[in-house]
Amino acid sequence: MRHLMSPLDFSVEELDELLKLAQDIEAHPDKYAHACDGKKLATLFYEPSTRTRLSHEAAMLNLGGSVMGGFSSASSSSAAKGESVSDTIRTISCYADICAMRHPKEGAPMVACQHSKIPVINAGDGGHQHPTQTLTDLLTILNVKGRLDNMTIGLCGDLKFGRTVHSLITALVRYTGIRFVLISPEELRLPEYIRHDVLDKMNIPYEEVVRLEEAMPKLDILYMTRVQKERFFNEEDYVRMKDFYILDKEKMKLAPEDMYILHPLPRVNEISVDVDDDPRAAYFRQVQYGVYVRMALILTLLDIHVD
Amino acid sequence: MLENTLTVGRISEGFVLDHIEAGKSMEIYKYLHLDKLDCCVAIIKNAKSNKMGKKDIMKIECPIDFMDLDILGFIDHNITVNIIENGEIISKKPLTLPKKIKNVIRCKNPRCITSIEQGLDHVFVLTDEENQVYRCQYCEEKYSRR
Repeated sequence: MRHLMSPLDFSVEELDELLKLAQDIEAHPDKYAHACDGKKLATLFYEPSTRTRLSHEAAMLNLGGSVMGGFSSASSSSAAKGESVSDTIRTISCYADICAMRHPKEGAPMVACQHSKIPVINAGDGGHQHPTQTLTDLLTILNVKGRLDNMTIGLCGDLKFGRTVHSLITALVRYTGIRFVLISPEELRLPEYIRHDVLDKMNIPYEEVVRLEEAMPKLDILYMTRVQKERFFNEEDYVRMKDFYILDKEKMKLAPEDMYILHPLPRVNEISVDVDDDPRAAYFRQVQYGVYVRMALILTLLDIHVD
Repeated sequence: MLENTLTVGRISEGFVLDHIEAGKSMEIYKYLHLDKLDCCVAIIKNAKSNKMGKKDIMKIECPIDFMDLDILGFIDHNITVNIIENGEIISKKPLTLPKKIKNVIRCKNPRCITSIEQGLDHVFVLTDEENQVYRCQYCEEKYSRR
């Protein structure tokens, strides 16, 4: 039985298969409409995340399966009564065929998979991993650019606490010809362990810049992130950082014609709404791709094949 | 005048840990959970050493298959582990970095699941042998000896 804890759980070849399956689902949704008939997904969300939960639920419903609401915050679960993650998953394993878990504590889904009889999808654990977002990002890049290799990716905003950025970097360095431009204020730079252990170790070329305008003309993909309030211990630091980067129509004039903008969403104000109509704005398409890739993931983890 | 020496007798079966960095023997006592074992342990602190200036030595009398000493590789791989049978050194155990360490060190990341989940083992995995880096199995936080 397989689980998904980190995007690196899949080899590049397995990932290619998964992304191909997601593309086939997009092209032929009817073919997959009953692939999960009779199967149940439980969503165990110890902290609220409406879009991630609904995306998993939509994926299962699109496959003909059903969804057990589970819970959408710790206060409405047995965790409020002091139940451990391992006890919760032992119980849920008796009800559902697969589960998606989000937890504020890092490593909680790994504890779950050690005690689970059903596949566990890590739907985000604190600032650690968010592998289904990475799968979504990869599918989006593949769909808009037609490849995952030989390109320059700009990562902008909160590179320090942004787990989606960390996961995307570790997933992309496995492809050839990848370069990064890291765009952040000094206080939110990419952590040293990723620069050293991942980028330097694998000789991946990268540069760090503070001004977004400086980076724009060089990019194939611009990955914007939100400065997340919940990752700061100090309100003052958050307020100081939150408006550092705002992408607007003016700045988009500096971007190449085929530079696409991705964002894991939700957005606050870091992308001005006047950019939404630009054909290079791919962040809402990215949401749709997120459903396809989660459908492909559910099929893969349940080992269901559709001819 | 009497020479200022301290003599600790031989052991017939067990381990002699030599060349321990001076002052570290109590740490090893704790890591090996010797307080929980019903065996004879001698700890010699600040013994004279030609090589190290001063060092600690430990003698542990117990059956030689009784104890897992792999953790010593994590604490200090320069320690010499002499295995004793019938009062004689029968071999020296080479120390390497253990691939996994269970319930010896604790994850200090307040965001880690180990901080709230009852009864969960604290497991660290060797992720970079060259730089002797261990990371928490759950949150991947690097273990810092400081």
